[in-house]
Amino acid sequence: MSDDIYREIILDHYRNPRNKGKLENADVTVHDSNPLCGDEIDIHLKVNDGVISDVKFEGKGCAISQASASMLTEMVMGKNLNLVKDLKKEDILENIGLTNLGPARIKCALLSLKVLKVGMIKYYSENDPKSAEQVKNESSPY
Amino acid sequence: MQRSIVNSYELRNDFPIFKKKINGNDLVYLDNASTTQKPYSVINSITDFYSNHNSNIHRAVYQLAEEATELYEQSREKIANFINVRPEEIIFTRNTTESINLIAHSWARSNLKKDDVIAITEIEHHSNIVPWQILCQEIGTRLEYVGIDESGFLDVEYLIELISSRKVKLVSISHMSNVLGTIVPIERIIKTAHQNDIPVIVDGAQSVPHMPVDVKNLDCDFLVFSAHKMLGPTGVGVLYAKKEFLEKMKPFMGGGDMIKEVFKFHANYNEVPYKFEAGTPNIADVVGFGAAVEYLEKIGMENIRKHEIYLTEYALESMQSLKYITIYGPMDSKFRGGVISFNIADIHPHDLATIMNDHGIAIRSGHHCAQVLMQRLDVPATSRASFYIYNTKEEIDKFVNAIKEAGRIFKI
Repeated sequence: MSDDIYREIILDHYRNPRNKGKLENADVTVHDSNPLCGDEIDIHLKVNDGVISDVKFEGKGCAISQASASMLTEMVMGKNLNLVKDLKKEDILENIGLTNLGPARIKCALLSLKVLKVGMIKYYSENDPKSAEQVKNESSPY
Repeated sequence: MQRSIVNSYELRNDFPIFKKKINGNDLVYLDNASTTQKPYSVINSITDFYSNHNSNIHRAVYQLAEEATELYEQSREKIANFINVRPEEIIFTRNTTESINLIAHSWARSNLKKDDVIAITEIEHHSNIVPWQILCQEIGTRLEYVGIDESGFLDVEYLIELISSRKVKLVSISHMSNVLGTIVPIERIIKTAHQNDIPVIVDGAQSVPHMPVDVKNLDCDFLVFSAHKMLGPTGVGVLYAKKEFLEKMKPFMGGGDMIKEVFKFHANYNEVPYKFEAGTPNIADVVGFGAAVEYLEKIGMENIRKHEIYLTEYALESMQSLKYITIYGPMDSKFRGGVISFNIADIHPHDLATIMNDHGIAIRSGHHCAQVLMQRLDVPATSRASFYIYNTKEEIDKFVNAIKEAGRIFKI
């Protein structure tokens, strides 16, 4: 069972995370943690004309939370910020190839999405308050 | 290495949960510092209470009420006897956390004042940190921490110095670390504190279930612990306090059973211990706790301690041979309870625990409600295995093999 979770790709993203680090001049930075595990994720976003022109994450925690964050940054880099609202938990679990996680470990996998969604809403609140409420209401549950 | 005097293989038959399979494997339960499994005698005593004696206590005069009251009070006597104190010095709470909060509320709030220092340590559980933080914010007392050295030993000399500084007005200290297993030499601390007229609270949540604790010998002013960590049900904790303290302390909660008489605008409170047990208590589980203590006494606390030394030595020896392992806390089982926290290579404790679960092995991973200690150790989390009377040498072999298996999966 664990062999299916800790596949090569998860271990690779855990040990060689993509887009990891601080982002100077980020438009928005958001932090959250998972009190059960102590997993922590910070996401920094740079947005140009509504497009995520750069994204970086910092964090510590289990292989699932860190690999998931790394893969999420790859997934949204260069995408329209507005699209983040449509991301669902299934998208993330499929993206990382872990659709059989138990309830406790699912939280690890979804922490980075939670942080990214908060970041998106924060960005709109600060830069485009009119859309902020709409984005918040339309955002898929995660 | 000596053989253990406790026959865990036979004892296991007393615990129905060990019939359960986890992912097709026998359950290897190594999270005893968190909570323990329950023997038939405890489960049956609770069923028997609800089936044959159920009623409220200390109120009605019919037969059932008398039976229920007697069973509840018998438990109080058993537990008083178990730690060698008087029954009226035993207060039933929900858990250790509530017991400490009770002391903070009913004793510390009215006996401490601004700038008084409360001495605690870096090994404390959150339940012996946060209630004091709240108190400090409210009345201006200050918290001082006593640190640990690299081997997980408490800096007792500093604590003694602190106590003698006259600023300290209360010492609240864990008897055994729930992460490192470190056994704290509280006898010396209590003696020095008393020479300076400072009361001492002992958090016995980890010690009382695993070793003989004789309060008369220790002479601590308060001792707190939980039933569920010693084969008893959840939802029952104990506050022991010297009667002289209890009599002067204000009630914690107001309501039924804690009063003698109630008038429109005031009430006269009941005598101790009832003054501190407002409302209908957790009667059935207190009765179950009595059965748990009986079970432990039948085995003998000395024997339980010896069994855990035997298991801990064997586990430490087996684990030390593993590659890339870091074990926290004292390596000599004389100074350590049956608790082993560790990390292995770059495998996060939660990932290790997930892999262990494949093999039916339950270990704890995380910060163990001791984030101050995690900060001191400079780790976000550890894995933790903790033992009890029903654990066997073979289970430790399975546990060590599962660590090796994690190493294979993580390619270390």
